[in-house]
Amino acid sequence: MTDIDHAGASGADFTDLGIREAILRAGAKPRRWGSWYVAEHRIRAMRAYLQTLVVTSVGNPLVYLFGLGVGLARLVPTTVDGASYLQFVAPALLASAAVTVAAEECTYPVLMGFKWNPIFSAMNAAPISGAQITNGLVIAVSVRMLPTVAIYFIFMLLFGAVPSALGVLAILVAVFTGMSVGLLIMAYTSTIIEDRGQMALIQRFGIVPMFLFSGTFFPITQLPIYLQWIGWISPLWHGTQLGRDVTYGLGEPTWLVAVHIAYPLALGAFGWWATARTITRRLNA
Amino acid sequence: MPQAVITASSLTKKYKDFVAVDGISFEVAPGESFGLLGPNGAGKSTTMRMVGAVSTRTSGSLSILGLDPNDHGPEIRSQLGVVPQQDNLDQELRVRDNLIVYGRYFGIPTKQVAKRADELLEFAQLGDRAKSRVDDLSGGMKRRLTIARALVNDPRILLLDEPTTGLDPQARHILWDRLFRLKEQGTTLVLTTHYMDEAEQLCDRLVVVDKGQIMAEGSPAALIREYSTREVVEVRFGSDRNAEVAVQLQGIGDRHEVLPDRILIYSENGEAELAKIIARGLEPLTSLVRRSSLEDVFLRLTGRSLIE
Repeated sequence: MTDIDHAGASGADFTDLGIREAILRAGAKPRRWGSWYVAEHRIRAMRAYLQTLVVTSVGNPLVYLFGLGVGLARLVPTTVDGASYLQFVAPALLASAAVTVAAEECTYPVLMGFKWNPIFSAMNAAPISGAQITNGLVIAVSVRMLPTVAIYFIFMLLFGAVPSALGVLAILVAVFTGMSVGLLIMAYTSTIIEDRGQMALIQRFGIVPMFLFSGTFFPITQLPIYLQWIGWISPLWHGTQLGRDVTYGLGEPTWLVAVHIAYPLALGAFGWWATARTITRRLNA
Repeated sequence: MPQAVITASSLTKKYKDFVAVDGISFEVAPGESFGLLGPNGAGKSTTMRMVGAVSTRTSGSLSILGLDPNDHGPEIRSQLGVVPQQDNLDQELRVRDNLIVYGRYFGIPTKQVAKRADELLEFAQLGDRAKSRVDDLSGGMKRRLTIARALVNDPRILLLDEPTTGLDPQARHILWDRLFRLKEQGTTLVLTTHYMDEAEQLCDRLVVVDKGQIMAEGSPAALIREYSTREVVEVRFGSDRNAEVAVQLQGIGDRHEVLPDRILIYSENGEAELAKIIARGLEPLTSLVRRSSLEDVFLRLTGRSLIE
């Protein structure tokens, strides 16, 4: 049985100007760095499933690039949009990999933070605000995506799927795309009070169709016009096209490239704002 | 009296039409151990969340360490230790990591917080569980870890919401011992409880809260003196006879409370009243003479039991 060192309990008169100053100063660091502390916490928690992360990060690109880029490419001997089928499909798979990670990390961890493992209320009882919790999650999810995407990109290089030197930018494009989708999902999951299977719905009716109709395996112009809109509103399609622009020079007009950047950016910004607002409201009711 | 560390005045919290906290006023002095006693749903936790600079008040004024939580939430929270009603430890992290991660939220450098974590684990008698999973801890251990976590920033005020609810008697006593040590060291404690024995053990002063309002205020002893008698006789005649017999107890004791399962007779001398009951030929199935407690105070003030 030991007593702890407890200077703060001295009952010192806080009206003393020095102590008042000290109290105000104590809030400065959390106000400034709180988002990073949240990210640090989340990343520390990810270490618990580090093995799974490594295995999936290496396994996924191998399976997909072999299966689709090498296997399916035999069936598609012609070039697509002026590139080999492997070159065409690789940036799309890269962006999809980022979206998959984002969809994972922006669903259950957010719901859990409120409900099964209610760490958000604990953070907020410390000097951390709802907005900082949101920022921290965004940082942590981005950090989680980065190695997955980078490993994917290395495999793309090895498979000869990146002819352009600008191709390395595809890593950033993928993280950007993933975060755009992730933030939209987070804006929704942060509002969920009871889990009634909404996560599975997001996966089945959100992520999977998006994956199929975002020009991943074929240009969306192949689709009948009444289905092409799915691609236009899908941030994944914009991210995929942007990835093709940098990896093999798809040669789209500048205005369209600008749309590929502006549209996911706008969605992500909206998701970020809405998530922060919801988390703050739920914590400070 | 030195400047109060907490000053609440007409503090009110409404959720749409529901008034959770209805204009309560109180002060807490530095180093004091202050309690909010009341049944579930009395507004204790909501009050604690406002004092904890988490929940925004609807009206009234509130000052924590001389600051308004509306303007200086993070600054106030940097000076508080909070033990919520429901443990909110991170189950994905090990025991020691829970403390480290939490310390970082106050901007404490990693090296310093690691040292602090080890001290706190010793204090919480969890030194040998540093690498355990949170899930593998018993309820009492989780509670102690939550208290250790609340101390990581060396808080000026420790807020404890129902600290021992759901714990077995032994775990409660260990916890009380830890809290008593903090109190001895001069930590300001603010706690809510619906256990009268807990309030009597830990609080220098308390308010009795019911339906969002303060019913009475004072030290446990003063409240008992004011609202109850020194002793209480509890007699049981069987649930179907209690009400009937109560009529025949006229003139015995200062006051009666007829509860469904027993009759309480308030008096300065319980044994003497019990003798009178037996002299009247009324034979209770069981009888007990005890000292008045805060439960009796609450019953007197609200006409209801604390734990229903």
